[in-house]
Amino acid sequence: MKSCLVVDDSRVIRKVARRILEDLRFQIDEAADGLEALNACRRTMPDAILLDWNMPVMSGIEFLRQLRREEGGERPVVVFCTTENDVDHITEALKAGANEYIMKPFDGEIIQSKFSEVGLI
Amino acid sequence: MNALPDHEFQFIAREIRARSGLVLTPDKSYLLETRLAPIARKEGFASVLELISAVRVRRDDRLLWVIADALTTNETFFFRDKTPFDQFRDLVVPDLMKARPPGARLRIWCAACSSGQEPYSLAMLVQELRAVGKIGDVEIVATDISDRVMEKARAGLYSQFEVQRGLPVQMLVKHFEKAGDLWRLSERIRSMVRFQRHNLLEDARVLGKFDIVYCRNVLIYFEGDAKRRTLEMIAGTMAEDGVLFLGAAETTLGITDAFASSPDRRGLYRRVAGWRRAA
Ligand SMILES: C[S@@+](CC[C@H](N)C(=O)[O-])C[C@H]1O[C@@H](n2cnc3c(N)ncnc32)[C@H](O)[C@@H]1O
Repeated sequence: MKSCLVVDDSRVIRKVARRILEDLRFQIDEAADGLEALNACRRTMPDAILLDWNMPVMSGIEFLRQLRREEGGERPVVVFCTTENDVDHITEALKAGANEYIMKPFDGEIIQSKFSEVGLI
Repeated sequence: MNALPDHEFQFIAREIRARSGLVLTPDKSYLLETRLAPIARKEGFASVLELISAVRVRRDDRLLWVIADALTTNETFFFRDKTPFDQFRDLVVPDLMKARPPGARLRIWCAACSSGQEPYSLAMLVQELRAVGKIGDVEIVATDISDRVMEKARAGLYSQFEVQRGLPVQMLVKHFEKAGDLWRLSERIRSMVRFQRHNLLEDARVLGKFDIVYCRNVLIYFEGDAKRRTLEMIAGTMAEDGVLFLGAAETTLGITDAFASSPDRRGLYRRVAGWRRAA
C-alpha cells in the first residue's frame, strides 16, 4: 500500500481528498500547513504528497522547495492541488519540483487521471 | 416522461440507424427524451413526441440529421487509455519511418474524432517526435459525423476539467494558453490537424490512403453489419502495412477478416495481406 500525505488548510478538502485516495488504496496522513507537512515528512517520507498552495504558517510552494532540499526529499511524488490556475503558478510549481498539478475544483476522476500520469497508480 | 408510442420509437430508431449506424434499443428511450428535449424546444414543439411525429409525417430530412447528431455520444479525453498513444510514438511511427523512403509523408486518420482531443494528442506527439528528428512530414485528418463537436474541435478551446483529463501538465503549459475560464490550444498544434465532416457509413476513399487509422469508441454503438462494412471500408483506405487502433472494448475478431490483431499489442490491428473486399 502506498502512502499519501494530504496537505490543505481546509478540513473539508482534506476529508474529500482522503476519501478519494483511500478508494484508490492509499494510506493517508494529513497536514494543515506546510510546516506540519515538513514535520510529517521528517518523521516518514510518504510516497505521494497532495499539496495545496495558499496556507497559513508555510505555503505549499515554500514547503516544496524546502522538501526537495531535505534528505530523501527528492523521492515523494508531489501533486499540487490548488485554486491557482494560471500558467505562471503552474510553471513556478514545476520549477520547484512538482510532478503534477491539479486545478481546483477537482473530483475523483481528475485525481485518478493525474496520479496515474505520474505512475502512482 | 410518457414513453414514446411504439411506432414512433420504431420510426426514429430506423431512421437514425440508417443515418449514423447508431443502434437505439427500447431501453435507451430515455436518451431520446434527455437529448431531444432541447431540440424540440428550439424548433418550437411542445414535446419530444410532437417533434418526432412531425418529423415522421413531414419526412423532415434536415431535422433527422439534427436528431442523429444530438444522439451521438461524444465522450472523449486527451491521451485516452494512454497505451494507443505510447504505441504510436514508440512502435508504429518508428516502424513506418523505417519502412518508408526518406521524405515520405505519413498520413493519419482519426475517424471519429469528437471534440478533437484524440487528433490533438497525436499532433502533440508528432511535434515531440519532430523536435528530435524522429518523424518527417505528417498529415492528420480528423473526421466526425457531428457538426456540433467538429466546431468545438476546430476552436481548440477546452474547459479546465477537460484539460485535466489525460493531459500531462507539462503538455498543458507547453501547448495551451489561458483564455478566460478556458484553455486554448496553440495555433501551431491546431494547424497540424485538418477537420472534415465524414460519416463512417459513407465511402471514405475520397479521403485518400492512410498509414495509421484511429477508429476508437465508435463501433461499439453500431450494429454488426455496420461494424463490418465500416471496418472493411477503412481497410480499403489503408496502406498495405498500415495500422489500425480500436477502442479498448472493440475488436475486428469475428466481424471481418480484413484485419488481424497483433498478439502482444492490445488494440492494435494490421491489414491482412492480400485481403480483398468481397464483391
Ligand atoms: C465516444 S466518441 C469517441 C471519440 C474518440 N475517438 C475517443 O475514443 O475518445 C464517438 C464519436 O463518434 C461519432 N460518430 C458516431 N457515429 C458516427 C458515424 N456514423 N460516422 C462518423 N462519426 C460518428 C460521434 O459523433 C462521436 O463524436
